[in-house]
Amino acid sequence: MAKQILLKNIEVPGLAGFDVYRRLGGYSAVEKALKGYTPDQVTDEVKKSGLKGRGGAGFPAGMKWSFIDKKSDNPRYFVCNFDESEPGTFKDRHIGQLNPHQLIEGMILGSYALGANAAYIYIRGELFYVLNIIEKAINEAYKNGFLGENILGSGYSLNLYCHPGAGAYICGEETALLESLEGKRGNPRIKPPFPAIVGLYGCPTVVNNVETIAALPWIVNNGGEAYAAIGTGASTGTKLISACGHINKPGIYEIELGLPVEEFIYSDEYCGGIRNGNSLKAVVAGGSSVPILPADLILKTAKGEPRLMSYESLAEGGFQTGTMLGSGGFIVMDHTTCIVKNLLTFARFYRHESCGQCSPCREGTGWMEKILMRIEGGQGTMKDINLLTDIAKNIEGNTICPLGDAAAWPVASAIRHFREEFEEHVKLQKCPF
Amino acid sequence: MQDKNTIAEFNAATLDLVNQIIKRYPQGRQKSALLPVLHIAQAENNGWLSADTMDYVASLLGIQPIEVYEVASFYSMFNLQPVGNCVIEVCQTGPCWLNGAEQLLAHFEKRLGIKPGETTPDGKFTLKTVECLAACGNAPVIQVGTEYHEKLTTLKADELLDKWTAENKNSHTNPYL
Amino acid sequence: MPLLKVTIDNIEVEVEAGTTILNAARQIGGSVVPPAMCYYSKLEGSGGKCRTCLVKVAQGSAKDPRPMPKLVASCRTLVQDGMVVQNTTSPEVMEARGAITEFLLLNHPLDCPVCDQAGECHLQDLSYEHGLEETRTVEERRTFEPIDIGDKIKLHMTRCILCYRCVMVADQLTDQRVHGVLGRGDHCEISTHIVKAVDNDFSGNMIDVCPVGALTDQTFRFKSRVWFTKPFDAHRECSKCSGKTVLWMKGDEILRVTGRKDKYGELEEFICNSCRFEHKELNDWTVTGPRVIERHSVISQNHYETTAFSKLKKG
Repeated sequence: MAKQILLKNIEVPGLAGFDVYRRLGGYSAVEKALKGYTPDQVTDEVKKSGLKGRGGAGFPAGMKWSFIDKKSDNPRYFVCNFDESEPGTFKDRHIGQLNPHQLIEGMILGSYALGANAAYIYIRGELFYVLNIIEKAINEAYKNGFLGENILGSGYSLNLYCHPGAGAYICGEETALLESLEGKRGNPRIKPPFPAIVGLYGCPTVVNNVETIAALPWIVNNGGEAYAAIGTGASTGTKLISACGHINKPGIYEIELGLPVEEFIYSDEYCGGIRNGNSLKAVVAGGSSVPILPADLILKTAKGEPRLMSYESLAEGGFQTGTMLGSGGFIVMDHTTCIVKNLLTFARFYRHESCGQCSPCREGTGWMEKILMRIEGGQGTMKDINLLTDIAKNIEGNTICPLGDAAAWPVASAIRHFREEFEEHVKLQKCPF
Repeated sequence: MQDKNTIAEFNAATLDLVNQIIKRYPQGRQKSALLPVLHIAQAENNGWLSADTMDYVASLLGIQPIEVYEVASFYSMFNLQPVGNCVIEVCQTGPCWLNGAEQLLAHFEKRLGIKPGETTPDGKFTLKTVECLAACGNAPVIQVGTEYHEKLTTLKADELLDKWTAENKNSHTNPYL
Repeated sequence: MPLLKVTIDNIEVEVEAGTTILNAARQIGGSVVPPAMCYYSKLEGSGGKCRTCLVKVAQGSAKDPRPMPKLVASCRTLVQDGMVVQNTTSPEVMEARGAITEFLLLNHPLDCPVCDQAGECHLQDLSYEHGLEETRTVEERRTFEPIDIGDKIKLHMTRCILCYRCVMVADQLTDQRVHGVLGRGDHCEISTHIVKAVDNDFSGNMIDVCPVGALTDQTFRFKSRVWFTKPFDAHRECSKCSGKTVLWMKGDEILRVTGRKDKYGELEEFICNSCRFEHKELNDWTVTGPRVIERHSVISQNHYETTAFSKLKKG
């Protein structure tokens, strides 16, 4: 049974309300921290926990916090990245909708550690109904003295607000998110400077993912070391995996990092196997951006070892034979799936979501989509397949933000592992599926 | 095409909400309220943002109209052309495609007699395709106003369409209410 | 403040703290200077977008000699003491620059034969140096109808590379910006949204900062290829700007007035619309001499000695 840190009480009726959350021990971490810990002690616990950013990049959260400019005279901000829109990823909505107080409690802990007196939850505009649930919970937290002036008599004050996006995947990139929060186009900023020095309104800012923030209450309650004891050592704690595609039991699962991929896909506790008794063809293991892997490479590494659900095991073999844990968006495809068509939907997605600021991404994403449309439509040539690989290579690493890489990796990896399927489209002059 | 809106300005209650929202941001940073206020303006103006509406929002926030146009045209939830009373947005990205989004979209096209981006002649429905709505576990998914409809089948789509037609569904409601 | 030592393509230079790699390279000059399509030293916040100036940082600094993992935009990356940079000496950089050039040309109409910018177009220069010999795209190109933004400036969006320079000119030089970048991704366009004249004393500088033929001077439209005109430094008393300009002449006729550009194509000073558009008579100006164009452009192929310079000097 997986450690239930994030989803422990998720099925309790009324959990979204303050009373139920509190009765189940909610806000005890805030009490513990504000009464017994200095802000730096909270940061230390998070550092000890080894908690990595759960939005996709996997950067250690405690280290990110320690970069914040404490010498600056400007106010500091703590911002929650709730712009969940990476295809295959739908875990944050689950927390926001069913357990908003856990997120709010995490926001208070993070803000306290960073010395922020104002914090924002940036939530994608499509999820307005979740925004309203969170705002209701925020109002309850104010009424019960966990937000506002002088929280629990500690002298620490915090105001917390929700801010809606309006349809832009790019705002999940933290500097684009900050631009958007300032009421501008979601154009990522050129870094450095990083938000910890120059963030929201030019002030020191930390941006963390919903799932990262929701893990903070447990870490403060149980200690960073207890969290680090869960998992593989290199990948600590638990991770939400949102599983979808051709499986019997799509949904959100909290796993201890290090669970074998095979068990995750086939056990009844998790995905419950492939639908209709079909065979597994491929998996995109960490949201649409990460390299796709064929069945043999997702179940076992190239060395023949069982592949585990952890940052390091999924990355084993580099991009040649491995992938990334990313956001935990786990997309499973059975043998009836056309890899080219699936890739085309991803390419369309990245073209649609490119902000258009830098030339490789603005031009390259659209170019790849057009070529894939021709191949899928039966008008592709063998040359087109190499051209796609070339365009992906030319985008990768040359853009302002990681969206360029995110658009390039799926294309490069699909051709790397399923080249014969592209060639078949060209030879038959139609989609074989 | 009409360029004027029926509602030129917010009523007192909406203005009150807008002012509350502006207060969430530091003084002098009222431009931050632009996205929330545009959401409200669009809902109150038949689901789209005309130049007049955007100019009004600019005046409310004390910014230049071009700053509003730049932002409104960047975010895919804002419509810069008139739409029908009920906007149906069908997700078409990978996970939804794996679970029959294409057939679902084709079904909506057939039932409504329009292509994505078009509005029925009676002005009741607009059909749109959108990218990932982050509900992939319940694919295929559509969005109508602030509602998500998940695990959709053509059968369920028919039921919804019948219901919306009967009740003259309007998907443009203030998202904060 | 002590100077910082930086090595670019094996040439060492000492610069002040806060200098970007690009500007350090400009202090050296010559072939080590990366091309810049969006950066403009006189416009705050410019740069970082076009990616043509990407370079390799082989050594981060003397203190931390690790190389930077990706190529960096030299126009926005600050020099550290002991930094080692590779521009033309890095095959990786040259390959990336070729790729960026291909991306910039992907949707470009290549209508140089009818474009007023031809001859002084930075995209032409870039393609000449870094472009592929043949195009690899068979896709339809993105097109827009040309529009007038006011009676003095023509916008050919099809040619635009979205450098944002003109938006910054409007933001930083004029009192009210009415145009900007609308849309997203490959649908981005420079526009006023509702047809509006860009009308301001300094709006004409948008033409001069545009690296391509997206914004051109309506008063010069189709009058002459630039290489058939001869540039002369001239000045006049002006209450709005310095009045220091370049006159582009054909015989005794002033076909066009622009600001004075340095060897990187940047204006030395911004000029007002009155000087630019309203003074096309020789009597309006004091001509001081031929303008030497340092760039390798076809304009510099011009033969100044054939011009009767003395004739142009005001009595």
